[in-house]
Amino acid sequence: MSTDPSVPPAALAGEVRLPEKLADVEPVRSVRTPIRLEYDFIPGDASSGYLNAFADRKILGQRSPVDGAVFVPPRGVDPRHGAATPDYVELPDTGHVGGFCVTRLPIPGRDDLEIPYVSAWIHLDGADIGFLGLVGGIDTSEVRMGMRVRAVWKPDDQLGRTAENILYWEPSGEPDVPVTAAGTNAWHAKQVAKEQG
Amino acid sequence: MPERLRADLVLEYPFTRTTGPVIGGFLTGLREGMILGIRRSDGTVLCPPTEYDPESSEPLTDLVEVGPGGEVVSWTWVDPPRSQSPWDQPHGLGLIQLDGADTPIVHGLLVEGPSELSVGMRVTARWRPEREGHIADLEGFVPEGAVR
Amino acid sequence: MRDIAVVSAAQHQQKALTHTTEVELMVPLINEARGAVGLTQDDIGFTCSGSSDFLAGQAFSFVHTLDAVGAVPPISESHVEMDGAWALYEAWVKLQIGGVDTALVYSYGKSSPGSLRDVLSTQLDPYYLGPLWPDAFALAALQARIMLESGAVSEQRLAEIAVRSLNGAADNPRAVRSSAEATIDSILAEAPIADPLRPSDCAASADGGVAVVLAAGDRARELCERPAWIKGIDHRIDPHQPGVRDLTRAPSAQVAAAQAGAGDDRLDAAELAAPFTTQEHILELELGLGADTAVNANGGALAGHTMMAAGLMRIADAAAHIHDERADRVLGHAASGLYLQQNLVCVMEGE
Repeated sequence: MSTDPSVPPAALAGEVRLPEKLADVEPVRSVRTPIRLEYDFIPGDASSGYLNAFADRKILGQRSPVDGAVFVPPRGVDPRHGAATPDYVELPDTGHVGGFCVTRLPIPGRDDLEIPYVSAWIHLDGADIGFLGLVGGIDTSEVRMGMRVRAVWKPDDQLGRTAENILYWEPSGEPDVPVTAAGTNAWHAKQVAKEQG
Repeated sequence: MPERLRADLVLEYPFTRTTGPVIGGFLTGLREGMILGIRRSDGTVLCPPTEYDPESSEPLTDLVEVGPGGEVVSWTWVDPPRSQSPWDQPHGLGLIQLDGADTPIVHGLLVEGPSELSVGMRVTARWRPEREGHIADLEGFVPEGAVR
Repeated sequence: MRDIAVVSAAQHQQKALTHTTEVELMVPLINEARGAVGLTQDDIGFTCSGSSDFLAGQAFSFVHTLDAVGAVPPISESHVEMDGAWALYEAWVKLQIGGVDTALVYSYGKSSPGSLRDVLSTQLDPYYLGPLWPDAFALAALQARIMLESGAVSEQRLAEIAVRSLNGAADNPRAVRSSAEATIDSILAEAPIADPLRPSDCAASADGGVAVVLAAGDRARELCERPAWIKGIDHRIDPHQPGVRDLTRAPSAQVAAAQAGAGDDRLDAAELAAPFTTQEHILELELGLGADTAVNANGGALAGHTMMAAGLMRIADAAAHIHDERADRVLGHAASGLYLQQNLVCVMEGE
């Protein structure tokens, strides 16, 4: 094997001979091979329940049958144990910022999004994991881990079966959750407490 | 039971692929209105050409002209045509062994109906007027002597 | 070589899973397969799955389905973009290497949300074949005509295979196409779907999934009254371009069967994952199956073909013959690619 990366493998370096008539034409070096595949996407039971509830300004999670942990959005399963989660839990539209990111690049197709914007893991009160949301109504430099937030919903006549019903999460003005108990830190604290009985 | 939802999902892969010299040579030939096969060490010719001998894995380099006439080895009828295929009318699909080649190529058979197709029938290449170096530069094969 | 056996399996198949995600499908199946031998994920040494992103319409889609397994704490895991039979092969190799005594293997395919005909076109070489978008039925028809014209098979024989599947599937709840009344005459009266293939020559497309537990040595004997011991397993492949192959044959199936020792003793039953009657005929010849082997007793893949799982389902079906003491020596087969390009043969025996 050649160690020079500019030299192709020996098997490809052989001179390919073309008929005389093609000796002087520009060779084809690439070809278009586009593929288009269409799907009838099915969100399934758990996600359908979650999305349907949004039309009524409700946020649904599911409860683990193993230890009661609440997952949002629901997937129909506790992914730690592979256990089905048939029970829905209605969650409040309040929680805290578990982690966040200030982004200064626009998203293609989201001209409505002013940059910089803040995306965050929102940990709802009563849920054990966070889900993704935008933080608004506050200067980006003021956003912090543990900040308490509440949902800002679209007007009732614009509600659909979609998580887009929540425009963003705004500060509720309540005292912050301590960083040690915010976001995934809360989860870890709970796991440790459980292991220690 | 919650109301079931669905949504349209479309995936598009707008690939442009590198051809390498063998496949590129074949596609160059098509652009120039010529079908190429590749000669193996025993003198037999593979069409479409492969970069390596399928039995010995020896690199193959000797592209030679085959066709444009040939013989239908097998056929079926496609109706309706597939939406992403080069054809917008019902058509035959065949394995066509071109004159000078020892293996058959898959391509379209352009006739009015399946009753016009038979194993062993002679066909010849029909070219698109605008060609770019693509397998569909070859519009398909028509019965030899057909006015079409 | 270690003694390795299929000790349990669970499967589901229906025409279309229109309201169920892959995760929701696999949760009960994985739990059933593990639960049948009293195992939880903590007891599983290696987990391997097979699926296709092109069916799911999502890149790396298998990572979502791992939710159905329970991957906390982190598990030893792998995935193949192949029928689950190849995931089983990888798990078998892992068990042979040692260090683990149990493996969970699963695969699933939900082709109903998309166009399986289009997806199958995308498996073709992207220069010569893919851009023509020939669909699976049309390509199979080209092979069928060569077989019929050359005398490699007769229409009567193809109809016999179709009837065997339809009749055999009559009492199989997982079959999506069956008929106790089908006869050779009724098959021959069908109008071609892709001339010369008739609808009953082409496997009925289905959605579904399957989960299998493997165990080695004494662990297998502890878990299962009558383990289905894998005595031989091998997979082989032929070239892709149809022009360079003899389409009346499947040499890779023959070699895989020989390497797996299929012909070393009498086979009571064989479960074949052929998507067409023509290819089932080729397989019977290449695998050397005689009149004393019951082929696809419950309809086989023709009665319901779940892309990415049809092969692992056949291995599960074959193992079930051993578990239920209906057979002592069986063969499970899986195939992928155009014209049975790739074949896997798994020979199992009971004690």
